Amino acid sequence: MPDLGPHAVFIVWAYAGVALGVVLLIVLAILDARRTAARLRQLEARGIRRRSADRTP
Amino acid sequence: MTLEATLKRGNWFSRLANPGRFLAWSKGFVWPLAALTALLFAVGLYLALVASPADYQMGQTVRIMYIHVPNAWLSQFVYAVMAIASIGTLVWRHPLADVAAKSAAPLGATFTGLALFSGSLWGRPTWGTFWEWDGRMTSTLILFLIYLGIVALWRAFDDQGRAARIIAVFTLVGALDIPVVKFSVDWWNTLHQPASVFTMSGEHMPPAMLIPLLVMTLAFTLLFITLHLVRMRTEILRRRAETLERQAAASLAA
Repeated sequence: MPDLGPHAVFIVWAYAGVALGVVLLIVLAILDARRTAARLRQLEARGIRRRSADRTP
Repeated sequence: MTLEATLKRGNWFSRLANPGRFLAWSKGFVWPLAALTALLFAVGLYLALVASPADYQMGQTVRIMYIHVPNAWLSQFVYAVMAIASIGTLVWRHPLADVAAKSAAPLGATFTGLALFSGSLWGRPTWGTFWEWDGRMTSTLILFLIYLGIVALWRAFDDQGRAARIIAVFTLVGALDIPVVKFSVDWWNTLHQPASVFTMSGEHMPPAMLIPLLVMTLAFTLLFITLHLVRMRTEILRRRAETLERQAAASLAA
């Protein structure tokens, strides 16, 4: 990496802040997806299913 | 083909838009999109931090451009996606339109916040100030507040169907801010530099800077598309879970 010059602190903080924001977005999306999938699995385990899942073809 | 068969079959758009079918066909796109996004970020960050030159005026701080501009672009692009989805909700009552709008809002808010954050850090060494109440910055701050309002509105309603129509109207009214953000640098005296990537007189940026900027912009755009897809899938499944819980509660009550 080249020398970032006399204003390196601003460059580093900018990249660090954006990286943190992106990582948070990714982590929250994954956690939300897993939480929702777990909720659906619990409902299925209790025998609660969608009416369309029971229709015979 | 008989009329009945045609109605039963539906057109390609309605087949794609059916929530169940959307879940089925979108599943195969998530990991390839995520991998492509990661690859573009790796290449883009190398170009942005190592391979690209310093600017003759701004020096090394020009490297903040490679994260600021993509976030600023996404702040408007995501809102455009929400506005189109809102039209889908209001005009066609499209089953996925409000799912798309709701899923995009927090992403757009975050990208707008990151644009403001990175822009402030770029402004301090460039202009001597973190903030100025000029056209571009003020209108972008207003856009950020509009996003936050939309996110809050989605959380405020229990009935998401009713919420969708009200929020769709709010979103379309808020879309008036987008051209203000875009053209503020042309309409008013502003600290913020005018358009320099694509202008009527052609590109103003040298390739050594334009290519990293385009790669990073594409990386961030694919990041949004990937996350939007994941969030839409999660929202559809969440609504299914809520429907099942209501059914279960109704059965118990009966």
